[in-house]
Parts: sequence; C-alpha cells; structure tokens
Amino acid sequence: MLANIGYFALVLALGAAVYAVVMGLLSAYRQNPIWLASARRAAFLTWPLITLAAVLLIILLVTDQYQVSYVSTATSRAMPLYLKITALWGGQEGSLVFWAWLMSTFTGSVMLRRWERDRGLMPYVIAVTNFTLGFFIALVLFIENPFARLWHDGAGQVFTAMWAPAGAVALTPADGRGLNPLLRHPGMIIHPPMLYLGFVGFVVPYAFAIAALITRRTDDEWIKTTRTWTLVAWLFLSLGLILGGRWAYDVLGWGGYWGWDPVENAAFMPWLTGTAFLHSVMIQEKRGMLKRWNMLLIILTYSLVIFGTFLTRSGVLSSVHAFAQSAIGPWFFTFIALTLIGSLILLAREWEHLKAENQLDGLLSRESAFLLNNLLFMGITASVFWGTVFPMISEVVTGQKISVGPPFYNQVAGPQFAALLLLMGVAPLVAWRKASARQLGRLMLVPFAVSLGVVAALAVVGVHNLLALVGFWIVTLVTGTTLLEFVRGTRARMRSSGENAAAALFNLIGRNRRRYGGYIIHLGVVLIGLGVIGSNMFQLETQGRLKLGEQLTVGRYVIVYNDLSAFQADDEREVHRAVVSVYRDGQYLTDLYPRRDLYAMQDGLQPMTIPGVRSSLEDDVYVLLIDWEPIGADGATFKVYVNPLVNFLWAGGLVFVFGMLVATWPSASEGRRATTLQVAASARAPVGD
Amino acid sequence: MAQTTATPETLRTTSSGGRAKFLIGGLLIIGAIIYLVVSTMQSTAQYFYTVDEMIAKGASITGQNLRASGAVLGDSITYDPNTLTITFEIAHVSADQRDIDAQGGLALALHNAVANPDASRIKVVYVGPKPDLLKNEAQAIITGKLGEDGVFYADELLLKCPTRYEEAVPSQAAEGAGN
Repeated sequence: MLANIGYFALVLALGAAVYAVVMGLLSAYRQNPIWLASARRAAFLTWPLITLAAVLLIILLVTDQYQVSYVSTATSRAMPLYLKITALWGGQEGSLVFWAWLMSTFTGSVMLRRWERDRGLMPYVIAVTNFTLGFFIALVLFIENPFARLWHDGAGQVFTAMWAPAGAVALTPADGRGLNPLLRHPGMIIHPPMLYLGFVGFVVPYAFAIAALITRRTDDEWIKTTRTWTLVAWLFLSLGLILGGRWAYDVLGWGGYWGWDPVENAAFMPWLTGTAFLHSVMIQEKRGMLKRWNMLLIILTYSLVIFGTFLTRSGVLSSVHAFAQSAIGPWFFTFIALTLIGSLILLAREWEHLKAENQLDGLLSRESAFLLNNLLFMGITASVFWGTVFPMISEVVTGQKISVGPPFYNQVAGPQFAALLLLMGVAPLVAWRKASARQLGRLMLVPFAVSLGVVAALAVVGVHNLLALVGFWIVTLVTGTTLLEFVRGTRARMRSSGENAAAALFNLIGRNRRRYGGYIIHLGVVLIGLGVIGSNMFQLETQGRLKLGEQLTVGRYVIVYNDLSAFQADDEREVHRAVVSVYRDGQYLTDLYPRRDLYAMQDGLQPMTIPGVRSSLEDDVYVLLIDWEPIGADGATFKVYVNPLVNFLWAGGLVFVFGMLVATWPSASEGRRATTLQVAASARAPVGD
Repeated sequence: MAQTTATPETLRTTSSGGRAKFLIGGLLIIGAIIYLVVSTMQSTAQYFYTVDEMIAKGASITGQNLRASGAVLGDSITYDPNTLTITFEIAHVSADQRDIDAQGGLALALHNAVANPDASRIKVVYVGPKPDLLKNEAQAIITGKLGEDGVFYADELLLKCPTRYEEAVPSQAAEGAGN
C-alpha cells in the first residue's frame, strides 16, 4: 500500500517535471506570464511529491517491510534505527530517490528567489532544472524502482516487480540481507548527503548559464546571481570529499584516506573544475574577460557531475563505491551526451558575443596568475580523467585492458598540485594588469627568507627527502605570504580608521568576506598539503604476529600486545578486541583497542577491521588487528602505521570549511556593499603601484 | 583540448607581441603536462590479462606491470603467519562481460571456473596480511609481475565476493516463500 502511494507520488512528480519543462519553454515562446507562473508552480510541486516518496520509503525501511525488494536488500532486523533510515541512500534505487529529492530541494528553492531583475531567464532555468530532475525521476520509475516488490509463483520462480505478475503471490522474506557492513558507520549518515548536495547544487549555476546563453544575455548577471549557489554547492562537495577521506581512514583499515579510486576521481573532477570556475569568474567580474571560458567551465563541471553519478551508479568501473551492474548505463550516457552537445552548441552560437572586454597586459599580472591557476586545474582534471577512462578507451580501441593505479596519479597530479600551491601563495600579491617583478620581490622577501630558513632547519634536523623539502618550502612560503595579506590589510585599516588590531582584523574580514574567506580557505589548503606531504612521504609501517606480552617496534614507537577479548555486540556482530599499549621512547602513552567485527551476513561472516588510533598533532599511531586466530589464543597479527602530520589534513579540512562559511555567509545589503568596495580599495592601497 | 580554449580567447584581444608570449607560455605548460602524463603512463601502466592470456603469452610478458583476475581456489590457499606469505591458485575467468552475463553473473562464472578442472590455473604468491575476503570462489584481482617460473608475484591483492553485493533476490527469499 505505502509502496503504491510512493510509486504514484513519483509518477506525479515526473508529470510535474515534464509539465514544468514544456510550460516553461512555451511561456517563453508565447511570452505568456500566466503559463510561466504555472510552470513555476509545477516546479515547486515536485518537491512535496518526491518528499512524500522518500518519506514513505523510509517508513518501509524502518518498519521492516521486506516484501519490498529494496528494503530486503538494504536493511535487516538487527540494524539500528539510524542505519535503517540512512539505508535510504545505502543502495542503488534508494540513493537515486534521495538524489532526486535533493535536486528538487535545490530546483524548488531556486524558484523562491526574487526574480525581478532577471525574469527573462526564468523559463529556461525552470526547463533546464526540471529536465534534469525529470531524467532522474524517470530512472527511478522505469529502471531502478525502489518500490518494486518480491513475488513468487509457487514453483520456486521469484520475481521482482511493482505489481503481481500473473499467478504469483507476495513473497515476504523473514529478514533482510542487511546493509554492507562497510556502510554501517556514522560517517554514512553525513558523507553521501554532503557529496550529493555538492553534486546536485551545480545544477543551479549551470541552469542559469544555459538560460543566459539561450536568451543571449552576455553580461555576468548569471554569475552574480548564482555566486552563492555555486559556493554552497562547492562547500558541500568539498565537505563530502573530506568526510569521505575520513570515513575511509576510520573504516577501510588500510591506513590511508585517498586511493584514487575511480569513484573518488569521479567526485574529485567536478570539484577541480568547480574550483577553477570559482577563480576564473573573478576575472570576468573584475575585468570582463574569460566569458567563454567560464561558460565552458560550468558546462564541464555539470557534465562531470553527471558523469560522476554515472560512474558511481552504473557499475561500469569496479570500486568500493560501485554497486551492482545496472541497466542505467546507456541512459546516463545518452543524457550526458545530450547535455554536453546541447550546451556546446548553445555556447558556439553565442561565441562572438562573449568577447572579452579587456586585454591582457603584462605577463606578470593577477590576470595571468588566474590563467595559470585555471590551466593547472584543467591539467589535473585532464590527467585524472585520462587515468580514469583510459582503461575503458584502451579496451574499446585495442582490446587490451590497461589500467593505472595510485602511482600514476601521484606522479602526474603531485607536481601540478605543487605548482598550484606555490601559485596560491604568490598570486594574491601580484597586482592586476601589470605587476613589477621588483615590487613582487619586495613583498615576498620576508616570507621567502623565512621559508628558506625553515627548510634549512629541517635539513639540519634530518629531513633529507628532497621532494619533501620542496613541499615544506612551498607550504611555509604560502603560509607566510597568505598571513602577510591579513597583516597588511589589518595595518591599512588601523591606519585609515584608527581601530585596534583585533577590531581592524575582524572588520577587514567581515567587509571583504569573499576575499578573506578565500584566503582562509587557502590556509586550510596549505594545512591539507602539509598533512598529505607528511602522511605520504613519511609513513612508517610494520606488521608482525605477536603473542601476549610481545612487542612490535615502529619508528619511535613500541606496541605491546596485552589482551584480547571476544564478545557479542547488541547488533549481533561478533567483536574481537585486542588491547595494545603504545610507548614512545620508552614512555607509556596510552592503550589502544583495535577490533575485528564480524557481521553475520546471509552468505557467511563478513569481517571489518576497525583500527585503534592514537592521534596527536605530530602523528597518528594506527594499529590494526588483522588476523585473529581463535586456536592458539595467544597469537594475533598486527599491522601498525605511523602517519606523521596526518591530523593537519583534518584540521585543514576544518579551516577550509570555516573559510567557506566566511565566504558564503550572506553579506550585507547592496548599500553596504558599496562601502565595502571602498574599504577594499583603501585596504589595497599600500599594495598598489 | 580544454586547456587550449582558454588561451586563444584571451590572446585574440592582445597585441601581437603579447599574444605570442601568452601563447608560448600556455603551450609550454600544456606540453609539460602532456609529457608528464605520457611518460608516467608508460612507466606505471598495468596490462590486464586473463589467466589464459598470461599462460599463452608466457615469457614475453615477464617483467611487465600486470594486473590479472581469476577465481580463487579455496583448497589451494596456504598462509604462513610468520612470514605472512600467502599462496593460492586462481582459475581462468573470462574478462568479457557478455560471457559472464551468459553464465548468469559473476558469482556463477566464478563458481564455474572453480568447478571446472580444465580451466587454466596460475599460482599466486603474495606477502602480507591475509585479507578478509580470501576464500573459495572469490574474485582475486592481483597486481604484480609474472616470474620466470610462471608464478605470479603480487604486490597488491584485491578481493571481491560478488554474492555480497546486491542481487535481485535475497537468497533467503526462497526460504521465506512458505509464509
């Protein structure tokens, strides 16, 4: 019954989305505001309908209605309530419903904004967003139906169908198969929704860009209008990526957080192009340049979002994230092709109108720094894309499957990221139009000297890895120049307004949120870079089989195996838990409890390896209990990683998010924006030439 | 492709001298990135072979970075916890998705490969902790090199048990059918 209502709600939602597309386009064609209002209402209507479907699916999941096929695959009786709820996005069908729901939340709420200034864009924004939404609802309805039920014909034949096939009766399994244990982690509550929000959020700037192309509005109104939406989408995407790394670190038990898995790449690529977009729109706003490029970037970002969903959901590539092989592949492929080709045709049509209003002047200028930034982001994107799709291409073209692993990505993306990081430190100091090398040199002198000093000190202390020294040099330099921006801005404010240092700093950031929010994000990136350098280049690992009381040495640490216990947890998982003591330089630090959880699944026990971690600013001691044999109770194998500086990565993530909040926080009214500009101008005064 | 688009746009409006320097700068960077990708590709690419193909190619592929997959034969698994050395055999499984679908999915294809005594097999040696999923009829995806002795020395061992992932019908459904 509930399943029927849910299915029906989705049918209506599809109808509303299709209606909104058609009416939106017709209203523009006939210049009919009443039709437009009707299209808008239909666009609103998708939200309550999909909400109803999602809520009903959650009710089915929570109340153990195992006749529904999806419920029987994604939950089981033993699962706690919160996991039954999050099972909404734990499997293929449900996650598509969740995806459609999030998208309708975005597309519905964009309808709520005030449209006075750009009413002409509205029909096309409605059409583009609802076309995408309709595509996802159609996928759910016709291919991956979460409300389909199980039936059997009495002769052992089992069907999965929405309505009973002829002669079949309902089949209700006594228990469900349960969520993959890897997904039974609190991180599952938050990581996928964040990532999905980031993904679907990009539909808004994309839709405005397309609407601007169709209506031949070549100003940057679409960028200004969607600035906050873009930042919010980017914020969620970044959060999703960071949380995903953290989840992998906590659950997957290999001591790392990023594996260049195709699906990780799929989420990373739109982030890269989205980041390039956020940077290059600043040139368009400031100098009226790169208009075509920005259009291209948002089209690319959006296509990569859909491509990412395709990789995750179609099972084309095997990875921890990919679910079963699915029939949605060709559909997605068609959709991506349509989106990309249609967008590019529209862009080509407007190509001449999107001419730059200004010229590039000096090779050393803020403009060319932005260009270089974009070039590097695109270089990384292209490299990652190449590595991700190359196996497929080579198989189609030559019949020989060739794949690339993390070494490829590290070697290719590493240098480009290093260059980008360095640029991030230098670019904010470079003047617009034409900068003088001497001026730049003077500004950089102190941070440059300090960074060289730090590197020299590190070399003396015993860091002899050349790459790492270069990395540390860049990190110190960028930190120095970025902090210097805050110092100079604050000083300028103190001089011009007579405020004290704290008030000046606070107001400086408050009145120039995007700029200084951006610099805070840069500082977060530097910290992340530090964490990556430390944990990649200086990771120590060892493993060994220990009897009770025996020890394992890794670096300055000694791990002693003290105790082992086995018990049954509430959710019927069998837990084996070891107690190990950690010593550093002979000093006792703490006890750790690495675990192996065995989940009783229908096809046998599925183990999970949960590390015991001792975190400090300096490093993580990450202990895994990897093989526990009940016979010969005093033998257990441990794997120990020491991950230096890895917590800078997580701390950097927090700084990053804080910076984004500063940058996205709704700023004051237009009137105040004018004064902000003046302040910004005066704050920049000492920098100027 | 994408990179080049940026540069011409901005170049068009600059004076010819400025144009050239931006063009050259951009091309140099793009060239460097392409070189980086191509050269790294050559040194890190892994060639994917089935067990049949590896046996057919034999000595001609020793020393290459290889990636192979096959069905784990449960009886052949040995594990020495002191040296952490695992040895096992894998049986040939087709790499063609259509073949696998024709057999009724990966789980059944793996089952058939293990059950078929005529399927070609290869011995794998891996040093490391014994992975949780290493068991009969699991799909092993191994990365490493083929030794001259015909043994595959794996640096990396990934395992997949396809039955664990979603299927259309839970196996328990049949048991619950009486209700």
